Amino acid sequence: METVCLNKQDNSFTRAVEERSGQVVSRCYQCGNCTAGCPMSFLFDYPVSRIMRLIQAGQKETVLSSKAIWLCAACNTCTQRCPNEIDVSGVMDTCRQMARRENKFGVHAVRAFVNAFIDSVKFNGRSHEVGIMALYMLYTGRFWTDVDLAPKVLPKGKMAILPHRINGRAEVAAIISRYKQGFSDPELVRARLAAAGGQGAGASAGGDKGSRAGHGKEAAS
Amino acid sequence: MRIGVFICHCGSNIAGTVDCAAVAAKAATYPDVAYATDIMYACAEPGQDAIIAAIKEHQLSGVVVASCTPRMHEPTFRKTVERAGLNRYMFEMANIREHVSWIGKDIEANTNKAAELVRMAAAKLRLNKELKPKSFPVTKRLLVVGGGVAGIQAALDAADAGLEVILVEKQPTIGGKMAKLDKTFPTVDCSSCILGPRMVDVAQHPNITLYAYSEVESVSGYVGNFDVKIRKKASYVDWVKCTGCGLCTEKCPARKSYDRFNEGVGPTTAIIIPFPQAIPKKASIEREHCRLLTGGKCGVCAKVCPTGAINYAMEDEIIEARVGGIVAATGYDLIDWKIYEEYGGGRYPDVVTSLQYERMLSASGPTGGHIKRPSDGVEPKDVVFIQCVGSRDPSIGRPYCSGFCCMYTAKQAILTKDHIPDSQSYVFYMDIRSPGKGYDEFTRRVQEEYKARYIRGRVSLVYPKGNKLIVRGADTLMGVQVEVEADLVVLAVGAEAASESAKLAEKLRISYDSYGFFMEGHPKLKPVETNTAGVFLAGACQGLKDIPSSVAQGSAAAAKAIGLLSRDMLDSDPQIAFVSANRCVGCGKCIEVCPFKAIQEIDLRGQPKAEVIETVCQGCGLCNATCPQGAIQLSHFTDNQILAEVEALCRF
Repeated sequence: METVCLNKQDNSFTRAVEERSGQVVSRCYQCGNCTAGCPMSFLFDYPVSRIMRLIQAGQKETVLSSKAIWLCAACNTCTQRCPNEIDVSGVMDTCRQMARRENKFGVHAVRAFVNAFIDSVKFNGRSHEVGIMALYMLYTGRFWTDVDLAPKVLPKGKMAILPHRINGRAEVAAIISRYKQGFSDPELVRARLAAAGGQGAGASAGGDKGSRAGHGKEAAS
Repeated sequence: MRIGVFICHCGSNIAGTVDCAAVAAKAATYPDVAYATDIMYACAEPGQDAIIAAIKEHQLSGVVVASCTPRMHEPTFRKTVERAGLNRYMFEMANIREHVSWIGKDIEANTNKAAELVRMAAAKLRLNKELKPKSFPVTKRLLVVGGGVAGIQAALDAADAGLEVILVEKQPTIGGKMAKLDKTFPTVDCSSCILGPRMVDVAQHPNITLYAYSEVESVSGYVGNFDVKIRKKASYVDWVKCTGCGLCTEKCPARKSYDRFNEGVGPTTAIIIPFPQAIPKKASIEREHCRLLTGGKCGVCAKVCPTGAINYAMEDEIIEARVGGIVAATGYDLIDWKIYEEYGGGRYPDVVTSLQYERMLSASGPTGGHIKRPSDGVEPKDVVFIQCVGSRDPSIGRPYCSGFCCMYTAKQAILTKDHIPDSQSYVFYMDIRSPGKGYDEFTRRVQEEYKARYIRGRVSLVYPKGNKLIVRGADTLMGVQVEVEADLVVLAVGAEAASESAKLAEKLRISYDSYGFFMEGHPKLKPVETNTAGVFLAGACQGLKDIPSSVAQGSAAAAKAIGLLSRDMLDSDPQIAFVSANRCVGCGKCIEVCPFKAIQEIDLRGQPKAEVIETVCQGCGLCNATCPQGAIQLSHFTDNQILAEVEALCRF
């Protein structure tokens, strides 16, 4: 393993996680209760208590490239057990958001699933389970994944073959494409606002973007 | 009046953010100030000598020192001015450290504020009067509240020094938590073998009066002469007649009563002698379990008692005593471990507390010293210890380390191996805290020689599977989740201040911290004193500590009490109220508000007037604030002195 030079510790990453998650990561004293209760721990490359330590140590690359943050089920057992009242699950969520912004996906299949979900919403204005499944198979190349379940699931009528599309699909799609252009990134939002003189961008954008921009500013200040 | 002003640098504590020389220069311009200077350390010997030299050289008649809080050094400087021949009350202190330099970094603002505080002090000093204390006799008797090992030590030391001691214990026997322990760390010697003789000493000491099954009802008075009321709870047994033969406890039919001494490990009877070495070894009836006292039918104990000691009509008795000093030694209680539902305490019978396990290990306990699972009585092979249950947990408001759990868990792991050689202990810990003499070696020995498996991590879940308990935790050093199939789970439950300590603190007029532990006078320099003169602290009631530290503090508290009560007379504080009779209209309002009953009505040439009983007045100033005429004034804090301070501050 590589030697970590502590003088070069990236405090900005620790601060960014703390600001975005609203949690004080330095409160973690490594008791391990989060790892002890984690139902997904057996799949993790780093147990959740170690993710907390890596965040304290500013190990941005390791955290954002880890599999653990993507395999977290967000079941909140860690948050529930933490004696220091850290919302550990919230911290994991923050790491996922940061990793996605940096286009880092420790688990390829999760990226495929997330993209399948978002694309489904983009096409239909809402999610369509069978469509998501089809896209997921397409993106991963795992064409026979879970197909054996189809004969049991489909007759129950819980999953519609055809999507129920909503009105205003174009607007939903616009939200998603704005996101893809990087509007959710506080840095980019700031840059664009500055370029537009703070006026034009705000006027042309919907409420969604406005609030995100506001959030980005808050986080940066 | 010629006032001298000394502005202390306190190293860089004050001088770092206050321009002390500028404050001194300003002070020199204040009315009556004849001399002003700044000084490196006013409290150090050269500093005090400089004050004395200045008093002599400049014929000063009063001194202001601007430095730290008066709590620590007002007595120091009062002695200094006294050594220079001034009255000790011709001194004022301005706190420019805690109130100025430590709370702001703006040097200009700090310097101005410091100068204002000095101006106030000088303005008040101009109106100070020489005060002389009166002396009063001391009652050479000590009250010790709590009969655990700390209280026992304090009582014995004070009694050996010749003081009369009253020891009050809430439970029917003294011994406290230590009496419940099987063995003690790090020597693994028998707890009752070392405590038992001390308990007997208490019973036999001619200077000690023991009130067991009693509580302090109220405390009034002040240092040297406290008036204490003690409630002797009804035990329904005449302890003069009771011989402690135990026949009643054998015959009592109420056999499902909660056994408080044995932490509920097994049931007991309604009439009990807590354990064989109990002091006093007398029976007492727990009212809520007694069939006769609750249902009106039974009376078996009265029939079998050979001395006729049973008295169902007994009532609580109030005993009054006057004592010169008080030692509080009320110990600790376990936190409520049942709030950790994930551990299953209180739900699964085979999840027990460390104190229950201690009773299971003890030869005088309900299992006769054999470790048995409460559920089926089978000897456990895999025993899991979970440390820090309720310690270091900010989420339940207990962020502190209980201090002794690491050590007693190691001891219990050793005893488990001694009792069941083919057993295996697993200890989940966060950090091992063993800073005592021989302590860390002990925690190594349990791992190296006794092969207890220490796992660094907390436990998240305990659940039953068949007749086993599955303990799921983390090994943070390996970085994995781990599971243990356990036969018995022992929770190393953390401790908190004894349940009724806050009530006692209010009776004793001492302060307690946010967790209920009594506050010492100074965290370093007054560890057994309180801020109430004559009240001392011993043992875990001041902060959690193990047996050696509790004993040491018991002796320390006794030494302080002996020092106080070795004097025949004490000086009263002259900062008390006085009445100017020609202004008093005899309205009696001061008599009503006085919390110490220190004011009485007298007849002065046919007129009702108030009069202060000097030995009772505590100088609280309530009467002064209440008097509509300004007739009753508090010495050293008269209306004129306070107003002079206000005027010095509000000049614009």
